[in-house]
Amino acid sequence: MLSRVAESIYWMSRYVERAENTARFVDVTLNMLLDQPNATAQKQWHPLVRTTGDSDYFFRHYERPNAENVIQFLTFDRNYPNSILASLWAARENARSVRESISSEMWEQLNSYYHFVRNAADGDRAMSSPSDFFHDVKQHSHLFNGITDATLSRGRGWHLFNLGRLLERADKTSRILDVKYFTLLPDIHNVGSPIDDLQWSAVLRSVSGFEAYRKRYHGITLERIVEFLVLDRSFPRSIQHCVIHADDSLHAFSGTPRQAFTNEAERRFGRLRSELAYSDIKEIIENGLHEFIDILQSRLNEVGDTIFQTFFAMQPVDFFQSQTQ
Amino acid sequence: MSDSLRLDAYDPEDFYDELFESSGRPRPEAAPLVDQINSLEPGDLRMRQAAIEQALMRMGITFAVYGDARGAEKIWPFDIVPRIVAAKEWNRIERGLKQRIRSLNLFIADIYGDQQILNDEVIPRTLVEGATSFRTQCRHLRPPRGIWCHITGTDLIRHSDGEIYVLEDNLRCPSGVSYVLQNRMMMKRSFPQVFAASQVRPVYDYSGRLLKTLQYLAPSQLADPKIVVLTPGVWNSAYYEHSFLAQQMGAELVEGRDLVIRDGFVFMRTTDGFQRVDVIYRRIDDDFLDPESFRPDSLLGVPGLMNVYREGRVALANAPGNGVADDKVIYAFVAEMIRYYLNEEPVLPNVPTWICQREDDRRYVLEHLHELVVKAANESGGYGMLIGPHATGEERAEFAEKIRRDPREYIAQPTMSLSRVPTMVDDSRFEGRHVDLRPYILYGEEIFVLPGGLTRVALKKGSLVVNSSQGGGSKDTWVVAGPGEQSVSDSK
Repeated sequence: MLSRVAESIYWMSRYVERAENTARFVDVTLNMLLDQPNATAQKQWHPLVRTTGDSDYFFRHYERPNAENVIQFLTFDRNYPNSILASLWAARENARSVRESISSEMWEQLNSYYHFVRNAADGDRAMSSPSDFFHDVKQHSHLFNGITDATLSRGRGWHLFNLGRLLERADKTSRILDVKYFTLLPDIHNVGSPIDDLQWSAVLRSVSGFEAYRKRYHGITLERIVEFLVLDRSFPRSIQHCVIHADDSLHAFSGTPRQAFTNEAERRFGRLRSELAYSDIKEIIENGLHEFIDILQSRLNEVGDTIFQTFFAMQPVDFFQSQTQ
Repeated sequence: MSDSLRLDAYDPEDFYDELFESSGRPRPEAAPLVDQINSLEPGDLRMRQAAIEQALMRMGITFAVYGDARGAEKIWPFDIVPRIVAAKEWNRIERGLKQRIRSLNLFIADIYGDQQILNDEVIPRTLVEGATSFRTQCRHLRPPRGIWCHITGTDLIRHSDGEIYVLEDNLRCPSGVSYVLQNRMMMKRSFPQVFAASQVRPVYDYSGRLLKTLQYLAPSQLADPKIVVLTPGVWNSAYYEHSFLAQQMGAELVEGRDLVIRDGFVFMRTTDGFQRVDVIYRRIDDDFLDPESFRPDSLLGVPGLMNVYREGRVALANAPGNGVADDKVIYAFVAEMIRYYLNEEPVLPNVPTWICQREDDRRYVLEHLHELVVKAANESGGYGMLIGPHATGEERAEFAEKIRRDPREYIAQPTMSLSRVPTMVDDSRFEGRHVDLRPYILYGEEIFVLPGGLTRVALKKGSLVVNSSQGGGSKDTWVVAGPGEQSVSDSK
C-alpha cells in the first residue's frame, strides 16, 4: 500500500469518527437541558467548548458560550478544523485522494453524509429540530462504518481504517469523561442527587452506553461509570476496548505477531495496552481521574505520532540515491 | 402543467438532427426510443432525469463552483435523451478511426526515427520540427511494441451536408471516457425498459481493455506487471476520471511524489518499502513528466523518469512526444500520411484547413477572417480560438496581427455546422441542441474503438461550444442497429 494512501485512509477514518463524536457531545448536552432548570442548563455549554481543547479559538470568534454559538461552532464552523462540517470535508478530501483504494459504496455514503451536513448549514433545520439533526448525523456515521465493514476487504486498508477510528474514539471517550467529571465533581454535595444521576446517565447516553451499562451494573455510581467507560473490555466505545482492538489492527497491518513489536508504534501501543489491562478502578480514582486521563491522552497522541513516523512519513529521496551510488 | 415532454411535436428545424429525418419522422434506428419516450407517463422522464442528477451528486462526480465560499458543488450536466448512431454508419467510423490512428502512429515513429516522410518532402520538415510539441528528447526512442498513441479520443462532428468530419485528434491525455461509462450506467439504472428495447452495443469492458492495453506494454517475462495511473493530484479537473479508471482496473493511483527512481528502475513508496513499477498510464502532460528532461520547475513529475523509459525499464502510455501529431498544423496532413504509409484513401475526411504559414493560404485567411474559425496550433479546450462570424472587428484585427507575427502557430477552417439532438430544456420541453462526438481508441495488441463515445452537447440555445468549461453537457451515445440488422457484434 502506498504510504500516501495509508495516511489518507487513516485520516479519513479519524475525521468521520470525530464528526460523529462531536455530534454526540452536542446531542447529549441538548438532552440534558430539557430536564434542567434554566440557569444550570446554560452552564452546560461552556464545558462542551472545553472538551474540544480549543477554547481560545472559540472566544476569539464568538462572544458567549450559549447554545446557538456553541452549536454553530461545533457543527457548521468552516474555519474551525474540528467542527462536524470541517471534519467531514477533510474526511471527504482524504477519501477523494484514495477513491481507488476504498469501495465505491464508502465513497458514495461519505459524499451523501457531507452533502447532508453542508445543506443543513444553509438551512435552519439543525437549530429548529436539533435532536433529529444530530440523530441523523450519527446515523450517517453508523451507515458509513457499516458499509465499510461490509464492503472493504479485511486487508491492510481495513485494519488501518479500524486503527484510525478506534484511536479517535478512545480519545473522545476520554475527553467527555474528563470534562463531565471535572464539571460535575466540584459540586460534591450533588453526588447521589437526582441531577447527578441525570448527568451521568447523559454521559452514558452520549456514547450510546446507557443500556449496556444498565445490563452490566444496574445502579448508577460514579466508580462504576468510570470503570465502564475506561476499562470495560467488551463495550465498543470504552477506552480499553478501543485500545485492544486498535492494537490488534496495528499488528495485522504491520504483520508483526501479537504481543511482540518491531517498531516504535507497536512498542508504545503494547505498553499502553498492558497498562490499561492491569489498571484498577479504585487506584485510578484515588490517584485522580483527571491525572489518569491526562496521561492517557498524551499516550494516545504519542501513539498517533509514532504511527505517522513509522508508516506514513516519506524518507527523503537523497538517502536512497546516495546508497545506490 | 401540461406535459410537453413528448417527441411527436419535436421540430428539427433546418438542422441535421441525429434522431429525426424531419418533424414527426424519426430515423429508423431511433424509432424504438422515440416510441418509448412518447409512451411514458407524464412526468416520468423528468423524474428519471432528476434521479440521475441526484445519483451523480451522490457519486461525487462534481466540480466546485468557483468562488463559492460555502463550498457549493455542481455536476457536469447530463441530458437523458441519448444520441443514436446507426450501426452501419458506426462501422464506417470505426474503420476510419482505426486507419487514422494506425497512420498517426507510423508518422510519430517515423519523425522520431528515420524521418522518411520528411526526406520525401510529403510534409515540410520545418512544420514538424518547428512544432512546440516536437520533442527532440524523443529522437531515436523506441517505445515498447513500437506504439506511441495507446489511448486516443478523436473529436468528430457532423456538418450540415450529413458527412462526419474529424475535427481534432487528441493524442496526449484525452479525458472524458469515465463519463461514457458513468452515463451508460445511469441510463441502464434509470431507464431499463427503454434500454432493453433497443439493442445497444455495450461499453462496460472498456476498463478491462485498457488494462490489457497497458499489460501488453510490460516486458513479456513478467507474470504480473505492476501498473499504475499517474495523476497530477486531486485538484486536477480530470481527477475523478483518474481515480475511477485506476479503481476499475485495480491499478494503483499514484502522484509524482509517490514515485522514485532507484537503481535505474521506477519504484513507488509503500508502507512495506519500495515496490517496482512496470507500466505507467500517465495523465500528466509531457512538460511536467520529468523535470530533468522537460520543464525543470515541474513538481508533479518524477525526476529521471525519461532515462528509465529510454532504457526500456518502464513503459509510458501515452508515449512522450506523441503530441506532435495532434498539432493543428500537422493535422492538416493526416490525409497525406494515410496515403503515404498505408497506401489507402482516408475513410473519414478532415475539416478543410488553411495553413497560415503558406503564403497563399495566409492571404486567403486574412481576407476572410469574418467567415473562418482560426485556431492556435497548440491549444485545446476551446482556448486560443477566433470564431470569425461571432467576433468583433477589434478581435479580428488582433488575430490578424497574431497571424502575421507568427504564422506557423495558426490555422483556419470554415465555420462548420454541428448536428443536433433533442435535449430536455427547462425540464419542460425538447429542443434541438448541437453536439459533437469523441470516440475512444485503444492501441495495444490490436486496435479497439469503444462503440459510441462521449457525446458533448452545447446546452445554450444556438451555441456551438460543447466544452464542459463553457456551458456544455453530455449525453449517452448508443450504437444501434436499424430494423432487420444484426446489432451486437461484441460477444457477451
